[in-house]
This record gives sequence, C-alpha cells and structure tokens, in this order.
Amino acid sequence: MNVSDLTALSIAELLPLLRRREASPREVLEALQARIAETEPRIDAYLSIDFDEALRQAERADVNLPLGGVPIAIKDIISVAGQPCTCASRILRNYRAPYDATVIGKLRAAGAIPFGKTNMDEFAMGASTENSSVKLTRNPWDTSRVPGGSSGGSAAAVAANAAFGALGTDTGGSIRQPAAFSGVVGMKPSYGRVSRFGLVAFASSLDQAGPLTKTVRDAALLMNAIAGPDLQDSTCLNEAVPDYTADLERDLRGIRLGLPKEYMIDGIDPQVRTALDKAVAHFNSLGAEIIDVSLPHTEYAIASYYMIASAEASANLARFDGVRYGHRAEKPANLLDHYSRTREEGFGPEVKRRIILGTYVLSSGYYEAYYARAQKVRTLIRRDFAEAFARVDALISPTSPVPAFPLGERSSDPLQMYLADIFTNAANLAGICGISLPCGFARTENGTRLPIGLQLLGKALDEQRVFQIAHAYEQSTGWHKQRPPICGETSNAQRPTSNVQL
Amino acid sequence: MSETVELDVAHVAKLARLHLTEEETKLFQAQLGRVLDYAEKLRELDTSAVEEAAHAVPIFDVFREDEPRSWLSAEEALQNAPRQANGLFIVPKVVE
Repeated sequence: MNVSDLTALSIAELLPLLRRREASPREVLEALQARIAETEPRIDAYLSIDFDEALRQAERADVNLPLGGVPIAIKDIISVAGQPCTCASRILRNYRAPYDATVIGKLRAAGAIPFGKTNMDEFAMGASTENSSVKLTRNPWDTSRVPGGSSGGSAAAVAANAAFGALGTDTGGSIRQPAAFSGVVGMKPSYGRVSRFGLVAFASSLDQAGPLTKTVRDAALLMNAIAGPDLQDSTCLNEAVPDYTADLERDLRGIRLGLPKEYMIDGIDPQVRTALDKAVAHFNSLGAEIIDVSLPHTEYAIASYYMIASAEASANLARFDGVRYGHRAEKPANLLDHYSRTREEGFGPEVKRRIILGTYVLSSGYYEAYYARAQKVRTLIRRDFAEAFARVDALISPTSPVPAFPLGERSSDPLQMYLADIFTNAANLAGICGISLPCGFARTENGTRLPIGLQLLGKALDEQRVFQIAHAYEQSTGWHKQRPPICGETSNAQRPTSNVQL
Repeated sequence: MSETVELDVAHVAKLARLHLTEEETKLFQAQLGRVLDYAEKLRELDTSAVEEAAHAVPIFDVFREDEPRSWLSAEEALQNAPRQANGLFIVPKVVE
C-alpha cells in the first residue's frame, strides 16, 4: 500500500491493519509525515510537530489497545507534556506544557500517539482561525477560504488526510463549525462528559474537548477513549462511559427528530437550506419521524453567550500576568505598568476585545444588567431544550447558516462574526451534546465545492444516540467519502477497505 | 452606541490591567458599543422570576480524598518562568 492510501484511511479502517501487522505504527507515522509534508505548504494546519518523539512512541505502541498506534493531532490549547502549548498566542509563544491534560493521558492509555499541535484562533476566540497570532490556516476544499474555527487546524488536517483524527475544543461551536466548513465530523460532548483538566481555560462553564474525524464511527472511537470521570476536574461527571460504537448499526425506526422552527432564519444560505431539506427527507426515508418543535428563546442565545463567555474569559485570562510563565514586558515603570504592558504585548485584538467586554459586564454597576441577566436567559434556554427533548430524541439543523467564507471577509466586524454562531452557541449554554457531519455541498460562483454541515443536538449524556443517528445518515448517504481536491484523484473515489491490499 | 450603553473602554482597560493604544480604545469603543447594543435585546425578556444558571450542569459538593500525590517538582514548575534563580521566580522590583 502506498503512502496516500494509508493516510486516506479512517481510524476504524487503519486499526485492523495495525492489529494484523500489515502496517506497523512506524510505517503509519512515516506515511503521515510524508503526507503532512505535502499538505502543510498549502493549508498550514499545524503549529508544531514532534515526529522524533512520536516515532519513539510508535516503536513501543501496543497495537492491541483500542487506538494502539494511531497518531492523533491535538489542538494547541490542550496540554501535551513537554510539547509547546501556545494557544496560538504571543503571550504563550515559548510555553511548554509541564504535564499531560487528562484527555491526553486517556488517549495514551488507549494506545494513541499525540504527535502534533494544530492551529486555532488565539485562546479559541473566533470562528475562522484568522485570530491565530502565528499564521492563517486554509480550507482544504478551497484554499482562498477559512477552515472555520476556532479548531480550524484540527479540522483542516483531518479533511486533508494530514491527520487520522484530532482533538479540538468547543466553547460556542469551535468543534462543530470548523468540522462543517472543512467537511469532517466533529462532536461536542455534553458538559462534564470529558475532563477539562489540562485545557487552557477560555470559558469554564462552556468549554468541552471533543473529536474531529473522517467518520462518525471514528468520533465514537475517540470518545470511548477520552470520556469519563476525572478527579482532577470537579465539573467532570461521575457517570459510566458506554461503548459509543455499540448502537451504531441500529436503524432509525421509532427515532423522533425535532426541527426547531426558530432556526429557519432569513440569513441561511439557500444552498444550505436545500441541503437541510434533503437531509430531513432522507431521515424520513430511513424511518425517523420528523416533528416541528420550538426553542422560543433562540434569538437571545447569542447575546447571552457573548456576555457569559466574555465574562468567564476575562476572569480566566487574568492569570496571564507575566510572573510565572508566558511573555513579560521589559523594564516596567511600576507594577501596574508590568501587568498592563505584558498583556498589551501578549494578547491579540480579539482577545483584548473580549477581555474588555467581559471585564465591563462583570464590573460594579453593570453586573446585574448584563452578566446576571444573561445567566437568567441561560436558564430559559436550558428549559427550551428540556421541553423539546421531552418530545424528540434529537434536534436537526444546519451547523452554520453559511459555508466557508473567504479569508479576510469577516475579520473586521466582530458582531457579524458572532452572529454566525446562531446554531451552535445554545448547546454550550445548555450543556447538551452535538455533532456536525457532512450533508452535501454548496457551489461557489467559480464552481468550487464547499462542504455543508448538518448538526444533530442531543440531550445531556445522550452521545450514544446522537452517534447512532449520525452514523445511519452518514452510511446511507456516503457524503463522508467525498474528499477535497488536495487529496488527489486516487483517494477521491474509494477509501474503504476495497482499496486495501490484504 | 445607544444611550443605555455606558461603556468607557479606557476605564475598563485599567480595571483589566490591559494597556490599549488610543487607536484600539477608539475602535473597541465603537465595536463593543455595537455588541452591547445588540445585548440590549436581553432586556426584552421578563426574567424577574428566573434563577441564574451558574453552570450548564448543576452539580455540587464534589470531593476527592485529600491524599498527598507526587506532582511537579520545583524545577518543572519553574521551567516556563520568564526569569528564575535559586528555585524562585524573579520579578521586577515593585517597591521603593
């Protein structure tokens, strides 16, 4: 098997080859290294890669473990011991993580090899990866467009076969939206399902780590590895982890899918709307019942989200004071000057904006008007979902109202960028789980195909059912087999095992 | 920016220990003014009888055994320090 064949495989396709010793972890890693050398000049998905260390791990990988010998890319906001963890920020440019995040420890225990750190919006604040202080990552389907964000490097790497799978984080859509823009699968777990220990905190009541993969089954495999209780994170739920692959082959008869009427907004791109309508019809043909539901407080979700997320961010980012780690300003006039210039020099524009916004909404005299009110609206949004999930098993919507937009198009107007989060923010406020998976393509004026993402939202801790519904759709439509032009003609047509010489 | 929004970016920047240039201050004043204008819509709702949701999942009283564990050595804890010596973080002189 040649290099492009190996890297085109899903994790579920790769594992049997490793177990039967038809490919060694070293060969897999070397194939990936060669692939990344091809794709990086065009998409710039990675911030750092340590192949030497990864090769050492590959040499002693136990291929009988659930993810034995599988290299996994990691968003640069998740601590991997000894590796850089910059959050794509100048303030952490020289920082190296002294310990593993719990999700990294769990990946290692499952035999996976975390080998590289992916680009992102600085401190995960953004929806295009353009807020990286290091470089722009490009969408593998159209390199003049953004890959989505903030986990844009993870999404682009997986889409380009430059990673078998990746971890991202999702505070308001940062796994699901780049998955949609880049044509891959992305799962945001329920709040508390996955440990946050070792993630650099953005908004602590909203952040969750989760997988970005080529298929739904791969996302379930990664969730099997990373989910579960953690004594290092008091918000991590003490609930047993089911085998997320167990129900994948169950059919959809009796499944009820809710279509929130408030999500049928004017701003949806017509091609996205068409793809959603077709997906709904397809679910119907698979035996699922489609039910109209209402989430009456939808229009307040974005305002509530940006008040809460910015408030939590301003508190979390207070730790960057230039004392114990990170950038430090030279020759301060006094203590205030030391803090103020360290932070001025270290943070980029979007991070500064959110620190100001968050500090303001928490400040004396404004706390009640903005922050407390937003938290009350959050209660109303949670109730909306509780009522909807009393009637349906999952909610269906586009992941984003638009497909990937051109680089630079939206970076000058923060409010417009925030408004694009309309379908994803609420899930984080409510703590429920959600997945984005490919559901078709939009055509640009010059004929380029851009992936469209379908979002399925499930109630808290119902990841297993969400995976089941997503898998049934994926396998019966085959959208996941479509690869971007950067993957070449050979891997375009067939990725499954028929391609593999046994 | 509407009259209900009283944001003073220069003042908030001091609270946040974040120096901004004059240009940034002006830009943020306009941009965040629009964001706060948008947030005014939260006032449309009667939330007088609604409790604040402090967290996505209400869980309380999470404890673990208070047992000593091996953790970072002093050397490891200092490895990212901007300046260090003799097992200590070195900071600029801040008192006369």
